[in-house]
Amino acid sequence: MRNIRHIVKKEFTQLRRNKQMLQIIIVLPLIQLLILVNATTFELKDVTMIVSDLDKSATSGRLVERFTASGYFIITGSTESAEHAAKGIDSSKAKMILIIPNGFERDIYGKLSPDVQLIINAEDGSAAGLIQSYASAIIMDFNQSIVRKIMRIPEPEINQGIEIRDRYWYNEELDYKFYMAPGILAILVTIIGLFLASMSIVREKEIGTIEQLNVTPIRKHEFIIGKLLPFWIIGLAELAFGLIIIKLLYDVPFEGSILLLFGMAALYLIVVLTIGLLISTTSETQQQSMFIAWFIMVIFLLMSGLFTPIDSMPGWAQVLAVLNPIAHFVEILRRILLKGAGPSEVQAQFFILLAYAVVTTFLSTWRYRKVSG
Amino acid sequence: MNNDNTNMNTNMNTTNSLGYDKAIVSENLTKKFGRFTAVDTISFSVDKGEIFGFLGANGAGKTTAMRMLTGLLLPTSGRASVAGFDVFTQTEEIKRNIGYMSQKFSLYEDLTIGENIDFYGGIYGLGRSELKTKTSEMIEKFSLGDAGRKLIKDLPLGWKQMLAFSVAMIHNPQIVFLDEPTGGVDPITRRRFWDLIYEASSQGKTIFVTTHYMDEAEYCGRVSIMVDGLIEAMGRPNDLKLQYGCDSMNDVFVKLARPE
Repeated sequence: MRNIRHIVKKEFTQLRRNKQMLQIIIVLPLIQLLILVNATTFELKDVTMIVSDLDKSATSGRLVERFTASGYFIITGSTESAEHAAKGIDSSKAKMILIIPNGFERDIYGKLSPDVQLIINAEDGSAAGLIQSYASAIIMDFNQSIVRKIMRIPEPEINQGIEIRDRYWYNEELDYKFYMAPGILAILVTIIGLFLASMSIVREKEIGTIEQLNVTPIRKHEFIIGKLLPFWIIGLAELAFGLIIIKLLYDVPFEGSILLLFGMAALYLIVVLTIGLLISTTSETQQQSMFIAWFIMVIFLLMSGLFTPIDSMPGWAQVLAVLNPIAHFVEILRRILLKGAGPSEVQAQFFILLAYAVVTTFLSTWRYRKVSG
Repeated sequence: MNNDNTNMNTNMNTTNSLGYDKAIVSENLTKKFGRFTAVDTISFSVDKGEIFGFLGANGAGKTTAMRMLTGLLLPTSGRASVAGFDVFTQTEEIKRNIGYMSQKFSLYEDLTIGENIDFYGGIYGLGRSELKTKTSEMIEKFSLGDAGRKLIKDLPLGWKQMLAFSVAMIHNPQIVFLDEPTGGVDPITRRRFWDLIYEASSQGKTIFVTTHYMDEAEYCGRVSIMVDGLIEAMGRPNDLKLQYGCDSMNDVFVKLARPE
């Protein structure tokens, strides 16, 4: 135990002397939480659209009105020529074209199903997907009200209420930042933990002190705990710092228990730090370990469900996502912060992380040897 | 080789074949990396309190041999004991009883001398007051003065090396391994460094030192010369010079390391 204290003290002294590292630890979260939370938004705003209303009826007019009234779309042009409309997309004047065919109103009341065409610029696939789902929501909604009108059914309050709220929930009631902030926070804690730990041993290898340490009677577990404990503390401090920032800046609700949150973070950090340690013990130079850490980080990040929903990944990728600790931590943070999840609701994640921690701790301690072969 | 064995026998009051009263005993110690034999069946012994010079050209296998003796590297075959402990099975016991100064500089450059002493001394279990005395002793011994508060990286190389040596002996080990301790150091500092080695030796410590400087070889009680993983010669510097008909250890070394 005393040896652990000596190492921790030494690590903190070294960290204190490393001004650049200190700056990174403090500035990185600020920048990430300020820029990324605001920038990484899937919120739809002011989507430019061209309307090609060939029907020019009262009904088609009401449909167009639904689009403008929604607040998500701005009409930047209207034309009857399909060619002109297409040019609008080519010249980036509009992101979407709505084509209402001739005979739209007649078909609706004639009990046929009329077609409405949406042409969406899909250069940015995820934006196109969003535009498509918003636009279809508006059309569906319109469709239902028409059907009821024809069939003279009074508006079924409950049924429709659920439908509409569900569709607009993310933007009108739930700020997108609430959704992003916990995710960015998870990344932040991961980056700090993974990179600090992946530098830890390889740095001693490079400067040559590892030989000196290996020739002392220090015990393996003491050395590893002593090495990782400072980063564990820093990781948790970073989480606390980040939580304060997202509360102050974005007023993200803290519905659940902060204690539970830190408990889960404590476990998660063990996973991250031991992965970092494994990188560090297998690398010979800091560049090498940095490169591997980045490689792993990018894969973890892109498959974390933060940028693309895990549900829409192919089956094998979904299996891989289960192995991604970040995905679980993002889920944990969201559940506890936004939904107020209690211990039972993050139980599954807890056991996955626990299993992970056991494996990575075993691997990294096994890989670190005081006596080489 | 024979010469050494007789020498060994006269000093011996051994209780078993590994000679536990000796500081270091090696019998056919071998290290292979794949097909390459870095250290090839080396046998020697070092008496307690002796200054033993371990010479050899670059790549001759000196560092590999030293790493096996310090418990950093597992040998492939052979037997060896250091301070009475087996290099195969008792590496951690060995570590408690030896000091080691590696080829690479081993103090933390971003810590002060006091912080380095606190750290390494702390690991060896020295108490707080002991660490304090050691620090002030060292600052006084090397007349560091205010430099004692400086970070190691701001000190000249000569000082650094002497401090590293002192820190390697912070826990008062019986045996000290020094791997090219004076590399890149000026002659005056080298001289002072050897004063430190003699001082430790006079306290009964065993010194096992590798060097490239043949003038330093002359300071050793006995030396061995390694060529391509094998010990080619071993004995007192004067005996070796006589045996090979040379005026200096330098000539002996060249004769052995570059045979015609």
